[in-house]
Amino acid sequence: MAIVAETSKFSRFAWPVLAWGVALIFFFPIFWMVLTSFKTDADAVKPEFLFSFTPTLENYANMTQNYDYWRFATNSVITSVSATLLTLVVGVPCAYAMAFNPSRGTKDILMWMLSTKMLPAAAVLYPMIFLAKGLGIYDTHFLVIMVLCLINLPIVIWMLFTYFKDIPKDIIEAGKMDGLNTWGEVREILIPLAWGGIASTALLAFIFCWNEAYWTVRLTTIDAATLSKLIEGNRAPEGLFFGRLSAVSTAAVGPIVVLGWFCQKQLVQGLTFGAVK
Amino acid sequence: MGRIALEKVNKVFGDVEVIPPLDLTIDDGEFVVFVGPSGCGKSTLLRMIAGLEDLTAGAIQIDGEDVTEVPPSKRGLAMVFQSYALYPHMSVRKNIAFPMRMAGVDEATQNAKIDAAAKSLNLTDYLDRKPGQLSGGQRQRVAIGRAIVREPAAFLFDEPLSNLDAALRVGMRLEIMELHKKLETTMIYVTHDQVEAMTMADKIVVLQAGVIEQVGSPLELYHAPRNKFVAGFIGSPKMNLIEGPEAAKHDATTIGIRPEHLTVSKTKGTWKGRVGVAEHLGSDTFIHVHDTGLMDMMTVRISGDIEARHGDTIYLTPSADQIHRFDAQGLRIA
Ligand SMILES: Nc1ncnc2c1ncn2[C@@H]1O[C@H](COP(=O)(O)OP(=O)(O)O)[C@@H](O)[C@H]1O
Ligand SMILES: [Mg+2]
Repeated sequence: MAIVAETSKFSRFAWPVLAWGVALIFFFPIFWMVLTSFKTDADAVKPEFLFSFTPTLENYANMTQNYDYWRFATNSVITSVSATLLTLVVGVPCAYAMAFNPSRGTKDILMWMLSTKMLPAAAVLYPMIFLAKGLGIYDTHFLVIMVLCLINLPIVIWMLFTYFKDIPKDIIEAGKMDGLNTWGEVREILIPLAWGGIASTALLAFIFCWNEAYWTVRLTTIDAATLSKLIEGNRAPEGLFFGRLSAVSTAAVGPIVVLGWFCQKQLVQGLTFGAVK
Repeated sequence: MGRIALEKVNKVFGDVEVIPPLDLTIDDGEFVVFVGPSGCGKSTLLRMIAGLEDLTAGAIQIDGEDVTEVPPSKRGLAMVFQSYALYPHMSVRKNIAFPMRMAGVDEATQNAKIDAAAKSLNLTDYLDRKPGQLSGGQRQRVAIGRAIVREPAAFLFDEPLSNLDAALRVGMRLEIMELHKKLETTMIYVTHDQVEAMTMADKIVVLQAGVIEQVGSPLELYHAPRNKFVAGFIGSPKMNLIEGPEAAKHDATTIGIRPEHLTVSKTKGTWKGRVGVAEHLGSDTFIHVHDTGLMDMMTVRISGDIEARHGDTIYLTPSADQIHRFDAQGLRIA
């Protein structure tokens, strides 16, 4: 008890200060980026003028007029939403089966799925490109959706699995006795009880999809190109235009930051793997 | 109707045979208790009857129909779980209605049955609450209500009272027995508690390591245990089992004498010992006797309250016609 009292005095001041400090350090680049997006390219390269500049919307106008921002944004929405839904459609039954009807191999399968995340993406880059081109699906929504889904499946299944594990098996079995078939169990018991977990998993998957750059940049050119590609395209041949680049980046991360802001609680729950209940 | 027949029912988990092939018939309307130490396979057996666990081999019939491959909900059985297994996201009313909704019962009938069940289980005031807002006893009643409204061919109970405190347990035990008398439906009840088995059962099935040791009425098991295991398991306090020369005098490898079939004296008797601990229940006194030279500690049950001081010398005399004899295999000698 005494220890708690002593530390609480310290922690009442130290923790908030520390937390704010860390938060500001993490936030600063974003702040800088947003600020820079309102500068001309000339102003942008002079760091001494961090605050002293004439704000301009030129970069944003340029972005929508010359760079077709909305097409990239639409592609991002289409691929991220579709990939997230597809991941859940595959992942929920998968995690359900492993949580409630485990076999001897379940543990190994879970480890194996996680191990696929350990493979460096670069190792399969060229095979993927040849495969995509060979199948004639290079630079299509279909390809991006499939790739995003496959990248996220392991983590999504792991998360869903831990949430489903928290549901007592007896309740599922009571449902079986009461007349539920497998789909009924998912609909009547699993989804209502694991709703929070499924939602935070979906949110996280969506964020991962939206921010994914390695594959979306390399497997698209125009038709299926996402906002990551737009950012990447702006560091282009003419050299670096920081104002423009910042505007594009701000417009790319904007939606996800707003989404994350409104879903903070869900996200924290998702990231702590159901430890917070 | 609810006549259940198990034929050569067998269960293997991995390479452990939890239930070696087993035959058992349960008659319509019977209250059958599966009793045995923890881990002996009672739940597994019950779950196989319910359809929640596949059979490795063998067959199960309900009312003459082979249900071995029939899914749980189509067997016409209702199960009450130790953990209650209520749907936490539904109100009490919705919980009880659930099996009827699944069966497509119309709403008017549903409500009539819910109200009747709630009334008989004292749940009327709680119908709109969630399970999380109920006490353990109330939750168990909801679970029973959910089972009743299905009008099953048989009820399956898996240690339904284990999570309740002692006082509540006795009350719920009576309620379940009343329910059985009223409905006259077959009930299979799993417990590790031999007192529950003795007080509730029409027929007790004693299991050990998945093997049926004996099937019989409570009094059959009490008066004529088929082997040493049943002798030691049924009855409280436990039967005293004595080996060696004393048993040989009765032409047996082991003899058993229940604590209540011993009389005590301060002056003379068949066996002599020293009083260890005496437990005074008021109605009865249990005396634990040491240094008899027959076994580690012998237990005597005396009706009423008698004085027995620690260390006193005491003489014990068994009633001759209450001595159980067992052979080298542990089987009863008639
Ligand atoms: N799903 C399972 N996989 C492997 N072994 C199991 C499984 N279920 C039960 N067992 C084993 O079977 C034995 C009997 O279990 P159970 O029927 O639950 O016993 P009881 O209900 O009599 O306590 C135990 O040794 C238990 O460890
Ligand atoms: Mg059990």
